[in-house]
Amino acid sequence: MKGFWQGRRIPLSWLLLTRQPVRLLVALAGISFAGILMFMQLGFRDGLFDASVTVHRLFDADIVLISPRSASSVRMAGFPRRRLVQTLADPAVEGVTPVHWGLMLWRNPETRRNRAILALGFNPDDPFFNDPSLDAKTGVLKQKGRILFDQLSRPEFGPIADWYRQGRVVETEIAGNRVRVEGLVSLGTSFGADGNLLTSTETFLDLMPQKPTGAIEVGLVRLKPGADAAQVVERLKERLPDDVSVLTKQGFIDFEQNYWKSSTSIGFIFTLGAAMGFVVGCVIVYQVLYTDVSDHLPEYATLMAMGYRLSHLLGVVMREGFYLAALGYVPAYLAGQGLYLFVRDATKLPVGMDLSRALTVLTMILVMCMLSALLAMRRLIDADPAEIF
Amino acid sequence: MAAVIVENLCHAFGQGEMRRQVLQNISFSIEPGEVVLLTGPSGCGKTTLLTLIGALRTVQGGRVNVLGQPLDGAGRRCRQQVRRQIGMIFQGHNLLRCLSAEQNVQMGADLLPGLSYRARRDEARQWLRAVGLEDQMAKLPQDLSGGQKQRVAIARALAAHPRLLLADEPTAALDSRTGREVVELLQRLAREQSCAVLMVTHDPRIVDVADRLLQMEDGCLLNAVQ
Ligand SMILES: Nc1ncnc2c1ncn2[C@@H]1O[C@H](COP(=O)(O)OP(=O)(O)OP(=O)(O)O)[C@@H](O)[C@H]1O
Ligand SMILES: [Mg+2]
Repeated sequence: MKGFWQGRRIPLSWLLLTRQPVRLLVALAGISFAGILMFMQLGFRDGLFDASVTVHRLFDADIVLISPRSASSVRMAGFPRRRLVQTLADPAVEGVTPVHWGLMLWRNPETRRNRAILALGFNPDDPFFNDPSLDAKTGVLKQKGRILFDQLSRPEFGPIADWYRQGRVVETEIAGNRVRVEGLVSLGTSFGADGNLLTSTETFLDLMPQKPTGAIEVGLVRLKPGADAAQVVERLKERLPDDVSVLTKQGFIDFEQNYWKSSTSIGFIFTLGAAMGFVVGCVIVYQVLYTDVSDHLPEYATLMAMGYRLSHLLGVVMREGFYLAALGYVPAYLAGQGLYLFVRDATKLPVGMDLSRALTVLTMILVMCMLSALLAMRRLIDADPAEIF
Repeated sequence: MAAVIVENLCHAFGQGEMRRQVLQNISFSIEPGEVVLLTGPSGCGKTTLLTLIGALRTVQGGRVNVLGQPLDGAGRRCRQQVRRQIGMIFQGHNLLRCLSAEQNVQMGADLLPGLSYRARRDEARQWLRAVGLEDQMAKLPQDLSGGQKQRVAIARALAAHPRLLLADEPTAALDSRTGREVVELLQRLAREQSCAVLMVTHDPRIVDVADRLLQMEDGCLLNAVQ
């Protein structure tokens, strides 16, 4: 307690900021703007990458097999179905589900235009989704020529969901074969797929007769409770020949996201956008703090002339930067929330505030503010106090 | 040991063509407890001399020794330590605009080691009372008159218990009675705490408080008058 009272001082940083309320508001507006810019860019980027794996996340699997020649969900190559059966020899494996995966040409029943849709084919008796309410709907696929249509697909595929809800029989053609919509599911669009449909293995192979027999694109592997997925992945890699890649479910998600992040210009553009937000933010904050510190420089020089140490003054300015960052972050955070809500409504992209992004932006604002404050103090470091006032 | 020893001090401003010699071969010393007045025409280099002694400028030529510390070639840390023991009253007051009169003075008292916040605040109030500003404590500098600002600046310099006081025209903005009171306060301080005082002034009314008078002209010290 004694130390506290001895250490207590006039809150100089706070007074320096608040005795000029208009300037403080302008500074806060600049910092908030920089924060909003970063929230926007990072939100879009993460939202789009998140959307690219909405389907991947839904699979009921601990380990996923794919072909090493697969590049992404829009270019999946096949591998021998035998490999999936071989994994059953591992004591930790409980069950497997083979999945056919490919893009098909869907004819819009209203305009009769064709458009590529992502089709997944699997045995309706096998567990497929980790959401039981989704799995419950797949029973209807046992009849040939039936599909489940993703109601979040883009409207270019036709008013399928509306027609279905009105009780109409919705039929259309895929690659010259007649199919019938037997239900709706909610999966979501992504970079690669403007729409999704689910069907049985049999129907899938009917729609794609040119596919080599015995090949599948994705193999889902479920483990017994308590098994360590990473260890099993290692074991399977040793056991299986290298015409198949063994990934954990997270690895499968990362595989897809990495493709969009690093192998396409989309990832580059949004990362660049976020970087631009940071740079523009830095420039704004530096301008604001530089004028503020320059304006007070004679006063800092006076304090140095009185015998205050340089480190003490740097502390004062750092605290100023900290207060500005903290005060400017709050409106940026709130505006970010509001904008995410708006974007979610307008685009159906899963854009939301998550803790790690909130912290990232907070850290960036703090770094920007404190660094700018220190940079603006350079003159005080080199000059004699008498040169400044 | 003298509080201030200056030997052959030279100082110039500017580079190359623009270079102008402002101080030439200045030598003098001040003992603890001594009050020395410095006079001279405007622009003759008085403020420059004061800032050199106050460790606010780098010494270019000659030797300056303040409170036992040589300032020529001294490092940043050393000069900061010396400044801590010097009370400086600036010609332009240099008050902190965002702080009230009381807080400005307390910025001086805050330099005292080992005192509680309350003790430092009381110290600040006591000095404000001593310069006759007990009813202006909460005002910001912008709401004070020129003379009141000057007195706040004096109180701030005194609140740090300096061993050397450098005052640049401390009575310029004061009427003769207040000016007299302030100067007598400085003189008393010099006697009681054996603080050396070097004061620049044009004010002929306060010459009698000085132990010694230094006269400057064009950067040179004229023969000292006792
Ligand atoms: N930073 C500077 N750069 C260049 N020249 C300077 C600088 N500061 C002062 N000078 C010059 O040095 C000379 C002495 O200045 P100084 O401020 O010491 O005068 P002074 O004796 O205090 O005058 P006054 O009584 O008007 O306050 C002046 O001619 C001034 O123009
Ligand atoms: Mg002067």
